[in-house]
Amino acid sequence: MEIRLQDLTKIFVAKDKSEVRAVDTVNLTIPNGKLIGLLGPSGCGKSTTLYLLAGLLKQTGGTIFFDDDEVSNTPPEKRGIGLVFQNYALYPHMTVRENILFPLQNLKVEKEEAKERTYAMAKLVGLETMLDRKPKELSGGQQQRVAIARALVKTPRVLLLDEPLSNLDARLRLQTREEIKRIQRETRITTVFVTHDQEEAMSISDEIVVMKDGLIQQMGEPQDVYDDPGNLFVAQFLGMPQINVFDAVVKTKKLYINNMLVGKTKLPNGEVIAGIRPEGFIVDKEKKSEFKFEVNLVETIGRDTTLIIDLPGEEENILEKKSFKVIVDSLLRIKSGDLVHFTIKPEKMYIFNEEGERLQ
Amino acid sequence: MEKRNNWSAWLYLAPLLILMAIFIFYPLVNAFYISILENYQPLANNGAGAASGYTLMNFAVVIKNELFWQAIKNTFVIAFVSVPISIFISLIISVALNSIPKLRSLYQTVFFLPYVTNAIAIGMAFAFLFHEDFGFFNVMLGWIGIDPVEWIGSTSSWWNQMSALLIYTIWGGLAFKILVFTSGLQNIDKQYYDAAKIDSASKWTIFKRITVPLLSPFILYISITSMIGALKAYRTVIGLFGTRLGAQPNSMITIVAFVYEYRSKYYEISHMSYAAAGAIILFFITVVFSLIQGVISRKRVHY
Repeated sequence: MEIRLQDLTKIFVAKDKSEVRAVDTVNLTIPNGKLIGLLGPSGCGKSTTLYLLAGLLKQTGGTIFFDDDEVSNTPPEKRGIGLVFQNYALYPHMTVRENILFPLQNLKVEKEEAKERTYAMAKLVGLETMLDRKPKELSGGQQQRVAIARALVKTPRVLLLDEPLSNLDARLRLQTREEIKRIQRETRITTVFVTHDQEEAMSISDEIVVMKDGLIQQMGEPQDVYDDPGNLFVAQFLGMPQINVFDAVVKTKKLYINNMLVGKTKLPNGEVIAGIRPEGFIVDKEKKSEFKFEVNLVETIGRDTTLIIDLPGEEENILEKKSFKVIVDSLLRIKSGDLVHFTIKPEKMYIFNEEGERLQ
Repeated sequence: MEKRNNWSAWLYLAPLLILMAIFIFYPLVNAFYISILENYQPLANNGAGAASGYTLMNFAVVIKNELFWQAIKNTFVIAFVSVPISIFISLIISVALNSIPKLRSLYQTVFFLPYVTNAIAIGMAFAFLFHEDFGFFNVMLGWIGIDPVEWIGSTSSWWNQMSALLIYTIWGGLAFKILVFTSGLQNIDKQYYDAAKIDSASKWTIFKRITVPLLSPFILYISITSMIGALKAYRTVIGLFGTRLGAQPNSMITIVAFVYEYRSKYYEISHMSYAAAGAIILFFITVVFSLIQGVISRKRVHY
């Protein structure tokens, strides 16, 4: 099912009457059958958007459509959604079976059918042998799968996941991430999933929606958004290690960082911000490039070597010292103290103006 | 672990232990003792007391007394009717209170007032509310076309008296239960309610399958304490009917009232022992019901 949000707005009013626009005139279309990651830092409005979709919060303005049905004023129980809570919210006094069965009982599904569907769903999430356990007798990952089973058993039109992996340890997170992807593929259900972890969102989403301060910054396929960020915030938010940000100057169609020539540009003269991905640096072995730095630290983790380089200048204050990271092939055997010349892959460099808007 | 006796701990506990020994353990043991004394006269020998031996006949005397069975009947009706009803009503009120965040504290105070008000004063007010000609209950019944009921008048039936007593008992017991349940409700994670809404649960289903089970430790606590309280009913009877203990003498007598009737005539030979025997019987009834509740709770209470 396709979900459409039109000018969706949610304003929270605090006790001192100050207003927070948690979700600000969001327009968004979520295509049928896709897995969408709502991504952003804490307080960006992604969870609020999810709860508006669920109907647990009431929007201040705007409309929500599920296909052609307007559901803006439909109570949550009538929207036909499944929701997986961040803490799973499994009913502690019910067994796994009772938890999964609960929505079916409420929908007055015939007993035999409900039993079969509960079993089938438990099997889908791989918990058919744990049906008689209580939630507290399960591991975090298992609880999470019970929550997914409970959300899916009523065959909802939309599955919503609120930070589904944040309570799991690193290994389980990877595993469960694959699991969610698999279940979504098998059920072909339109899924919206909220996370602050860009890696998580990029790895399982068909499309990601990056939000900040209640506003949608960019939407698209993860790799497209990564390769072509619309603004500085998106460029900084996606990618690990983070994109390197430099103050740069354009002079007669040439771009300079720290008075070193980096590349050509068509932009008019002036001060700009240059973002270069850590993997966008090429080590110039012939040392012809003007763009050169002394390496401060070298971290080698398996395949990749990360060079940490302090930007010259402002050396009197350690706290204000700016550094950047470069990922290079570990076979180059670069050591700290080496002077390294770089050329930049043009497709890994983005130019922004002072407001963070993308120029090139 | 250190095995050595921790004298300072005993020292800190001493004041409480001494008070408990004097005012709780000694009277308890003494009641057992008095209940098996033969021809006990507490005032004999200049107040040292005298008895001619040991006997279980005191219990027989109590059991043979018709008034005792009247007291058992009244007490059990009070306990088994008022406790479940008042728990149910206070649950509903607590859930309702919990859903109106704005006026909750005001209403909590209002509902708690009966708890800090003297039972005798409330009883007097209720005695007037139940008055056949001017009482509020009959006025209300009049609105829906029902003839006045003689609730507590001298010729009223046992059921009418008991109904009045039950209404008063239930109302009087609400305050504390509401207090406990509302604080219990605030401990329940709101996410369960959101989840239940998403799971299409109706309000009644949420109450029955989410609220009550998650509140069950509190419900167990309340049902045990209020069952014990109801088995000890006395103040309510005095409050509503005075020392006649009923519209007709002793028609609303309870076990505690029965014990008191004997105790108040302690100067007569063996009456103190009869009172003690009655109290011991009540003690065992209370223990049995508390154990039964404990057993049931093991299956039904979710911590």
